[in-house]
Amino acid sequence: MLIRGTGVSSGVVVGDVHRLRREGIGHAVPASAAQVLEALASVGGYLDRRADLTSMAAAQDVLRAQAMIAGDPALIEAIKARFVEDDTCEDVRPGIAAAFGGFRELLLAVGGYIAERVADLDEIRDRLIAAVAGVEWESIGLDKPAILIADDLTPADTAELDLRFALALVVAKGGPTSHTAIVARGLGIPAIVACPEAEHIDDGMTALVDGRDGVVIVSPTPADIAARSSREDLRRARSAAVSGPGLLADGRPIALLGNAGHVDDVVSASAAGAEGIGLLRTELLFLHRTEAPTLEEQVSVYSAALVAMTGRKVIVRTLDAGSDKPLPFLQASAEENPALGVRGWRLGRLDEITLEIQLDALAAAARATQTDPWVMAPMISTVSEAREFAQRARSKGLRHVGVMVETPSAALLAAEMLAEIDFASIGTNDLSQYVMAADRLDGRLGDLTTAWQPAVLRAVRMTLEAAVAHGKPVGVCGESAADPYMAAVLVGLGASSLSMAPSALGDVRATLSTVDHQACIRASHAALQAHSPEEARAAVVQLVDADA
Amino acid sequence: MPSLVVTVGSIVGLHARPAALLVKAAQASGLAVTISRSGGPSVNAASMLSVLGMGVKHGEELEISVGEGENAEATLAQISELIATDHDAV
Repeated sequence: MLIRGTGVSSGVVVGDVHRLRREGIGHAVPASAAQVLEALASVGGYLDRRADLTSMAAAQDVLRAQAMIAGDPALIEAIKARFVEDDTCEDVRPGIAAAFGGFRELLLAVGGYIAERVADLDEIRDRLIAAVAGVEWESIGLDKPAILIADDLTPADTAELDLRFALALVVAKGGPTSHTAIVARGLGIPAIVACPEAEHIDDGMTALVDGRDGVVIVSPTPADIAARSSREDLRRARSAAVSGPGLLADGRPIALLGNAGHVDDVVSASAAGAEGIGLLRTELLFLHRTEAPTLEEQVSVYSAALVAMTGRKVIVRTLDAGSDKPLPFLQASAEENPALGVRGWRLGRLDEITLEIQLDALAAAARATQTDPWVMAPMISTVSEAREFAQRARSKGLRHVGVMVETPSAALLAAEMLAEIDFASIGTNDLSQYVMAADRLDGRLGDLTTAWQPAVLRAVRMTLEAAVAHGKPVGVCGESAADPYMAAVLVGLGASSLSMAPSALGDVRATLSTVDHQACIRASHAALQAHSPEEARAAVVQLVDADA
Repeated sequence: MPSLVVTVGSIVGLHARPAALLVKAAQASGLAVTISRSGGPSVNAASMLSVLGMGVKHGEELEISVGEGENAEATLAQISELIATDHDAV
């Protein structure tokens, strides 16, 4: 059986399947009220212990909040009210669901950030029913190497997961920019997302995962394994054979940079031969925090990142919160449409201080480390926003000021924007979602939210043409740059640098070393003329592989 | 039963950290602490779900009541102050 999804992290592995099922218990669960309450307490205790054990601060906060809900006196009252004490109820599932349901509706009615807590509530409900039934809740705890198959993985899941044993991740939902994809690339293990048929893969099966092609083969034949492994080995060998700065076959340089979310990523980017950091995200410093990090804390984190890349370019992106990354201390009122709401640079409308402190911290870190960081703002959509950001950053003594091009308006106004700033970086993840008006978090729309869409490529081309005309560097820092074929297209369109997950650098470097600039230009023309993303990629694959 | 009306100081309203602080204080007091909007139902302040479910915003007025018991007045004062403070002020 061959199943297709979207490959988001390359590599070929064969292994046993570990299926993570989060379905409810399908049979009646008889129990007394006392047993239900006892089970609830044990769920709370488990979550607390999990919080103690995890080393990830973000997950710890989520788990503590969940433990607090499990011990909530009003929830306990609601459960008691549903059951007659000491009497055994034939099936406690509807009663438990109803007790949780009241709070569920309450939180949904409040909306916004609070409504998102419903997911936590649902998880506790399901854990509770499993505990009453005496069925072990599938904690993802892997105790031997396996291919993990799930509906989806949340940040809390990945905290629970002992990823040392994960051979590959395959999820039914998600897209190329989902949490699963980012985690897998960070770990350098194969991963496939948006793979609804993964539902049919179960424990006890053996599977082959090809994360480059986005293919899962259940019960692979020796021939399947040999063919896919040797092709992958060839690609890997080519990656390993090419090192140093990014160069096309004709010797033309193309800067290959790493994306980083924290200092560890900067170190692994350096180890993978990155020529710098093209995107240092600063959100992780802020996410899941109940208050903003202090100036001193920020100075120390930025300094550590700058020192790890001394002598090389580091582009720091100012806080890109809002939308799917809400901050408790910087919370816009509930938004109907958060991706189009107060996020990124727009957060300055609610709170000027946070950005001010961040720029001060970066400037102080630059002085302390005697480095010269570049800084850019996310979600810029007007020329005056670009101008204002440039003025503010320069007034702190930061000398290289740029913006992210991720809105259609920024692409349309690229020439005017570049007159105000020193550089720009195209964020293809958001640019795809906004050009295509398709939610990038919705796996069902994964075919629309790819940078291979001809309309997205045109927006990229428009931006890069302005960059070439202005003689200013404009790179690409979306996940698309990690696709070696897309990398060739982006170079053909005029990108001055490509920034990607460090684990993708080798592959992109190797592929680009086999093509010259003319071939990249031909590849970009082929992609732009295609009528669909599939057609675009297929045409480019053919051109690039022919040269290799 | 001692009670007091206070204005919510937290700029984010009663969720995230301010809500957690309130819930923890109410639990630690060992007394029956309730909050309500004027004319609205009373909600157990020791219940995170109930407090979040009120969706209280910055600047709203809340009535805080503390059930009979030792330190009821002190608990009322402590919790009122907690609600009136903006914990996220930089």
